[in-house]
Amino acid sequence: MSEDLVLSLRHVTSGYRDGGLFRRGAVQEVLHDVSFDVRHGEILGLVGESGTGKSTLARTILGMLRPDSGEVVHYTKRPQMIFQDPYSSLNPAYSVEWTLEEPLRIYGKYDRAERKRRVREMLSRVELPEECLKARPGELSGGQRQRVSIAAALIRRPRFLIADEPVSALDVTIQAQILELLRQLRQELDLSYLFISHDLNVVYQLCDRVLVMKSGRIVEQGTVEEIFEHPQDPYTRQLLEAAQ
Amino acid sequence: MKYAAKRIAMLLVTMVIVSLLAFVAFDLISGDPATAMLGTAATPEKVAALRAELGLDRPLLVRYGEWLVGFFTGNLGISYSYGQPVWELISSKVLVTLVLSLMSFVLIVAVSIPLGLRSAVGGGKLEGVRDGVRTVINQLCMAVPPFFTGILLSWLFGTVLHWFIHGQFPGFAHDPLGSLGYLLFAAISLAIPRIAMTTRMLRGTIREELQKDYVRTAISRGNDRKGVLRRHVLKNSLVVTVTFLAQTMAEIVAGSIVVEQVFAIPGLGRMLVASISSRDYPTVQAIVVILAFWVVLAGTVADLINQRIDPRLRLGGRPV
Repeated sequence: MSEDLVLSLRHVTSGYRDGGLFRRGAVQEVLHDVSFDVRHGEILGLVGESGTGKSTLARTILGMLRPDSGEVVHYTKRPQMIFQDPYSSLNPAYSVEWTLEEPLRIYGKYDRAERKRRVREMLSRVELPEECLKARPGELSGGQRQRVSIAAALIRRPRFLIADEPVSALDVTIQAQILELLRQLRQELDLSYLFISHDLNVVYQLCDRVLVMKSGRIVEQGTVEEIFEHPQDPYTRQLLEAAQ
Repeated sequence: MKYAAKRIAMLLVTMVIVSLLAFVAFDLISGDPATAMLGTAATPEKVAALRAELGLDRPLLVRYGEWLVGFFTGNLGISYSYGQPVWELISSKVLVTLVLSLMSFVLIVAVSIPLGLRSAVGGGKLEGVRDGVRTVINQLCMAVPPFFTGILLSWLFGTVLHWFIHGQFPGFAHDPLGSLGYLLFAAISLAIPRIAMTTRMLRGTIREELQKDYVRTAISRGNDRKGVLRRHVLKNSLVVTVTFLAQTMAEIVAGSIVVEQVFAIPGLGRMLVASISSRDYPTVQAIVVILAFWVVLAGTVADLINQRIDPRLRLGGRPV
């Protein structure tokens, strides 16, 4: 069974501690008893209003935040993340080539020529022209920047990708192109996604299964058909009505 | 390259304006060189004769034009007070002030960059307490003016410890190492408040940069704390830092005028003050232009460096 999984969370509770100099600091729990699996090859949507803990969940999965209880089990190496805002999430001081090469440089296993080759290959996978290599983020459009972000996330060939609202900062036509690219890359590179979004239409188009989150809890999960056609939880229905 | 040419042209224009302003300013302030040279008991005829001899009876712009031509042909004029060519008078002093300013600048960079980095990254136990202590020390250093630190240092190392003899600057030709030692204390008193300011500026800039989204992305792509700081944050903080340091250079030049008095250093600052009170205009004019050049040059170099770091900062161009 577990061969088919890329990630599983079991009873994860996680949050932030606002420590001070003299007090121990109260723990503000954001996630409560979260359990789910991400299966190989699937796009799992995570929906919920803003402030329900979707990004906290992503940070917990990536290990940027340590869960207070429960366990996070990765079945793949090096999960990567794509962030929401393509304008601020790339370092403005460096060229696209530098940004794409950096994860490989940190990894340290490839020589210069091999790194360049991989950067070029990934650039063509995200359908950007070679001229973009020398450009800095400021010279690119939002869609191009998000393609650069995707390429940077994929450059070390992760099998599992967390995408946190990757298209919500883009306009609708660009959104469709990026979603198509994500779909295509899943086929080509055998990826699985956790796709975080507040936009139910996007989730409906792209995802295989959906988690519905409210106030740090998973209130419902199921296939897209189950969730969109036969929602069980009142909150899910409320979300769907709001999206009509 | 085109940018550099433009920037240097701008520097030249700035220098012409500065020198003209200096020329006009000394024409406007009260006091007349001829009276200063002859004394208040001199007859009006004698004063008028000397004014004519010095060429002071001619229109301002003509005199300025002559001065400008002289300047570009290497003739800074003759000092009224000493009757010597101005360049001969000030050339050794230029070196002294230059060395003093550079020493002070190097001190500021060498001390404040590591301090600023360390305080920006912070973290660990008792961070709050250390932060408080740092702020108090920082503000103290910023508040104490260089002339006061100068008096203290001069008293401690000169009068009490005899590390140098106040008022006896050895001169670079005679004793280069001793001269450097003498200037060091003046450089320290000039540097202290600016070290505090630069440290604070760096801390603020780096902290702000660390909050940005690309830092989070960089961490998620496998950077550790050090890597983020070295490869990502520093480069983005550099432009602000270079600009700030250019301003610091200007402040050092202004501060050196005062500190040279305190330490009895025979530099341009001291010479400037003496020449203004004796209305020795050719000398004043030359010193003002040299000091201004130094300041404007620092600004130009900073701009050229920044443009290399970040090509978006083109002259008149807008950042994307």
